[in-house]
Amino acid sequence: MNWYWIDTWIVVIGALTAIACALPGSFLVLRQMSMMGDAISHAVLPGLAIAFLVTGARASLPMFVGAAFVGVLTAVFTQWISTWGKVDRGASMGIVFTTLFAIGLLLIVQAADHVDLDPGCVLYGAIEVAAWDVAWTFSIGDLLIEVPRSAVVLGIVSLLNLVFVVAFFKELRISSFDPDLATTQGINAQLMHYLLMTQVAVTTVAAFEAVGSIIVIAMLVTPAATAHLLTDRLGLMIFLASLIGAASAFFGHLMALYIPPMIGFESTTTTGMMAVATGIFFVLAWLFAPRYGWITRLVLGKKLIKEKPVGAKPLKES
Amino acid sequence: MMKRNHFRGLNRAMLIGFVGLLQQQMAVAAPREFSSLQTRGVEWPTFEAIWEVITLQQYNTRLVVTSTLILGLASGLVGCFLLLRKRSLMGDALSHACLPGIGIAFILGVTLFGEGKSLAVLLIGATVSGLVGVGSVLLIRNTSRIKDDAAMGIVLSVFFGAGVAILGMVQSMPGASAAGLEYFIFGKTASMVFRDFLLLSGVAVVALICSILLMKELTILCFDEGFARSQGWPVSVLDILMLILVAAVTVVGLQAVGLILIIAFLITPAAAARFWTNDLRVMLLLSAVIGGVSGWLGAGISALLPRLPAGAVIVLMAALIFFVSMIFGSARGVLRRSLSMRRLRAKIGRQHLLRAVFEIQERTWRDESLRPINVPISYQELLHHRTWSARQVKRLVRRGVHEDHIEATDGQTLRLSESGFGEAYRITRNHRLWEIFLFTHADIAASHVDRDADSVEHILSAEMVRELESKLNMASMPESPHEIARLKKEMV
Repeated sequence: MNWYWIDTWIVVIGALTAIACALPGSFLVLRQMSMMGDAISHAVLPGLAIAFLVTGARASLPMFVGAAFVGVLTAVFTQWISTWGKVDRGASMGIVFTTLFAIGLLLIVQAADHVDLDPGCVLYGAIEVAAWDVAWTFSIGDLLIEVPRSAVVLGIVSLLNLVFVVAFFKELRISSFDPDLATTQGINAQLMHYLLMTQVAVTTVAAFEAVGSIIVIAMLVTPAATAHLLTDRLGLMIFLASLIGAASAFFGHLMALYIPPMIGFESTTTTGMMAVATGIFFVLAWLFAPRYGWITRLVLGKKLIKEKPVGAKPLKES
Repeated sequence: MMKRNHFRGLNRAMLIGFVGLLQQQMAVAAPREFSSLQTRGVEWPTFEAIWEVITLQQYNTRLVVTSTLILGLASGLVGCFLLLRKRSLMGDALSHACLPGIGIAFILGVTLFGEGKSLAVLLIGATVSGLVGVGSVLLIRNTSRIKDDAAMGIVLSVFFGAGVAILGMVQSMPGASAAGLEYFIFGKTASMVFRDFLLLSGVAVVALICSILLMKELTILCFDEGFARSQGWPVSVLDILMLILVAAVTVVGLQAVGLILIIAFLITPAAAARFWTNDLRVMLLLSAVIGGVSGWLGAGISALLPRLPAGAVIVLMAALIFFVSMIFGSARGVLRRSLSMRRLRAKIGRQHLLRAVFEIQERTWRDESLRPINVPISYQELLHHRTWSARQVKRLVRRGVHEDHIEATDGQTLRLSESGFGEAYRITRNHRLWEIFLFTHADIAASHVDRDADSVEHILSAEMVRELESKLNMASMPESPHEIARLKKEMV
């Protein structure tokens, strides 16, 4: 097999997704809200449907706004149910996203006689197709570079996320580890929570439009958890998560290219393989991480110390 | 230049992805024809149609309604254990983790028997990979610092990714039509057949029997894992047993009604039932009933209104029941809890006020060496006695007057009524008994007992007070073990 320009772009798009996701994803893992990405990517359906009903077209921007808005709503409703109803947060997340998804289905059925929403990429993702969708071209010397639209979008999202995390690093860190301490320091932990959720929603929606939701969920959680096994420092953890995510994108694409022919099949889906690659990195860290690896600890005879779930504390009722 | 092969197989996978999901969910439980699909808006059913559905005259309606009812019962039951173990999203992870098993089972089926789409093979594949997924969640949780939620997220995304990749390969498999394999996990609520009904019933019965047999063990596991372990219960085995039960319900549910509905079925009824009771047995029963009722209602409604997809309506019915329960639930509902919170707050306010008045009066007696009488005290003194704002004092006094505990003689002073004096005497005495108990038996410093006593005295029962009396050997009003009012006045 040869390596073409398009392969490079696929890897670049995957890597940008990984970076965009690793930034909020690390905080999700620390706050024990890893399933939020999954919940949001299912729950945005009514947002897409309403945007479609209002504009009557599949224009990207209204769809994006609608989906991101409902994504934030998912987080808000989850928080309400878990604080007012004293329901476990996982359960309230499940209730909210299944309900929103069902509402979305009803809306779509009522709206269109045949479903005309962009069907392709939502669940499985079509990173290969995304790479063909060129947004702008320029040339360096005689080298013509065609930048895909999703690379531009994801690049912008990554940059925004980076700016946000750098600007609010201290606030995010304190409110993730100890919301009460954050409050005594004059940081609005509730506000930080919702800002982070907005970031997750925007990232999820932007990325799944380009590359499909399964890879977004994988990139949000798995690299961050892998990095969590490797280090105790938050800054380093975010960096490692981005790096591991990007590496997974590369190896995932390689696997998608080379594995199917090896076992007698024609081809496969790249996003699926990228998710598998993040899983492989996780298993490696799980077993062999220098301090927290399972095998490492067995060899060194160390016991696993389960720290108290510091970040788990739900926000206090006010 | 060669056209890339792997783009071609992909288009198909891509197209069936989401739209397939939608269409499957959209296919309705209606026994009637689809004529209304052409017209927009909801076409209201006639009375005969409603009657037909209620009495389950149509074979198809009967099948769909009873099947969803049974599934609702079974998943409501096992969902309770998941909820109490704080693992509600396990159903989510599990159902996604089934996908690679379906792909592999298909490949094996084709290579071994030449036919990949036999239900038994696919079911076994889905169950095995679902269980491997759940096992991985437990293993990751138990052997690393990664918590439940992240472990579920990892398993969900990686397994589903693997499933997508395997299905992507299978699509291009020569000589085998793999199209529609995804529907296995997206369900087909409307077009269930008798075989699905049998499967669902079988699993539901097994789930019921297991829950009854393992009631005590599962209860202890749900409420206090540490205690269960210390008592020598095989916690891990029980945990795995419970998850096998969940996996069985999920897998048969998946191919019958689809991913989203089974996730909702596992979470929502149990969470709704929790608002009504604190007894696990009642909760199990209630949760099963709620699941069954929402399945029955949803399937019935969608049979009447063919434009409404059955799965979605069932999810919404369950959500509706959840929200009603959340607000009106008799054990933990929002209204109930805010009401009892208000009551407690009022009680605490009253007790604080009465004790404050009593303590101020007591000081007067001591200063002027009088015998205990109900002397009037000024608002100013009262205001300075505790960290109260003027408005709080005013409100408390108004309520005290209303309850006939306080007599506001004029605008400046107030005193206790006859019943108020008795009440204040009792409250102050309880407070001091508790303080002395803490002081002498619990080794708490004198400077700290006041606050500690404060948080407990309001819920002291009559027996408790008697026990304190006998333990401390005190029948009359004891002296406060610490300096009270003066100290506070100086602080003001």
